[in-house]
Amino acid sequence: MALAGEDFCIVAADTRQSDGYHINCRYAPKAHQLSDKTVIGTSGFYADGLNFVKKIKQRMEWYFHQHDKTMSTTAIAQLISIMLYQKRFFPYYVFCVIGGIDENGKGCVYSYDSVGNAERVQYQAAGSGNELLQPFLDSQIGLKNRSNENETLNLTEEMAIKIVKDAFSSVTERDIHTGDCVEIYIIRKDGVECQKYPLKRD
Amino acid sequence: MAAKTGFNFDNYQRNLFMEYGKGNNMKLPKATKTGTTIVGLMFKDGIVLGADTRATEGPIVADKNCEKIHYIAPNMYCCGAGTAADTEMTTALISSNIELHCLNTGREARVVTAMTMLKQLLFKYQGHIGAALILGGVDCTGPHLYTIYPHGSTDKLPYVTMGSGSLAAMAVFEAKYKKDLERQEAIDLVAEAIQAGIFNDMGSGSNVDVCVLTKGKVDYLRNYIKPNVRKEKEQVYKFNIGVTPVIKESIRNLVDVVDVNEMEIDQ
Repeated sequence: MALAGEDFCIVAADTRQSDGYHINCRYAPKAHQLSDKTVIGTSGFYADGLNFVKKIKQRMEWYFHQHDKTMSTTAIAQLISIMLYQKRFFPYYVFCVIGGIDENGKGCVYSYDSVGNAERVQYQAAGSGNELLQPFLDSQIGLKNRSNENETLNLTEEMAIKIVKDAFSSVTERDIHTGDCVEIYIIRKDGVECQKYPLKRD
Repeated sequence: MAAKTGFNFDNYQRNLFMEYGKGNNMKLPKATKTGTTIVGLMFKDGIVLGADTRATEGPIVADKNCEKIHYIAPNMYCCGAGTAADTEMTTALISSNIELHCLNTGREARVVTAMTMLKQLLFKYQGHIGAALILGGVDCTGPHLYTIYPHGSTDKLPYVTMGSGSLAAMAVFEAKYKKDLERQEAIDLVAEAIQAGIFNDMGSGSNVDVCVLTKGKVDYLRNYIKPNVRKEKEQVYKFNIGVTPVIKESIRNLVDVVDVNEMEIDQ
């Protein structure tokens, strides 16, 4: 999942890798840092996810050597969409979200389907627990279905991290594929921090 | 003509048609499964049964603390894996019939009797009753432990496991089982096997239930170990009063309240 604040952004993913009822790995990172302003979270087919991230990093390096600057978050967002659509008829089985800081210093999140449909959003859940997670984010961050119209959310970094932790521990309760550990990437103007938070292992 | 007793298969053809018929692709509802770890073990003076407590519906946890060790008779208990409703109803039916059998014969039922009744029922339904069972008990001929598969076959073994976590649990048994274990050793081994299932099989989870059956005594240790207590949440998510929007409001008078004193009373 990913969510954007005013001047920060959070990308978080659990680290369980499974096949059917079997756990292959309890620590298989699904979130990857692309630059000091952008982090990607992947779900779906793990091998495709790793390879896709590898290819993005390669394209980013080429960009760096050609233009002598790191790709901006919005440029990466566009690149991912194109790379996914290039494989329209043999898609990467990957559902990704990226989070980062845009050119104006604001937090931003882009979400994709497996063939490159992209959308800029404030928050997004992806993967096996997404049906459980998205309504919670709609309620707590989107403030949906509330009569108090003038209520505005001043989402601080501390609040956002708490919501992310609670979201993951709650999804772990009910989704059998989610668990073990969650990696929380916090993207700020001055760099990226990664926190680890343990989840239930059953 | 539909049979007078047993299950009713009237809608079987209709449901097949709705699912696979020309132009039809309706998804039929899925039954709750207990993607389970259940185990049984023979020790020096009886039987120990064990089970996890998670029930699932596909990838979703349906019940975090369900009971999978079912009562059959005062000297017999039965662990169930598979379709939750089937294990529940099958054990309840056999329990009832065993009770009647006891009253008829005037003595305590034997474990083989229950096992035979279960296998004959399951074989009759050709695997359509999705119940995989571990039956344990102590009778006048000593302690007995059986596994019963959904198609009606049975095994009689000193240590057994079943359900989606059976491989994880059996790995523990194969490594550590010995003949004539002491009571506490046996309980510990069962709990360890169940925990192997809880942590390594995603269909199993939450707590460990244990049932110890010895001659003339049963100890049902519900939630013997709770290795998965949820940590306290970081925040409280309580909505303020009035947050839920009222879209429309209508109040209907179902009765008219009339003051009797003001009514004109016809003589």
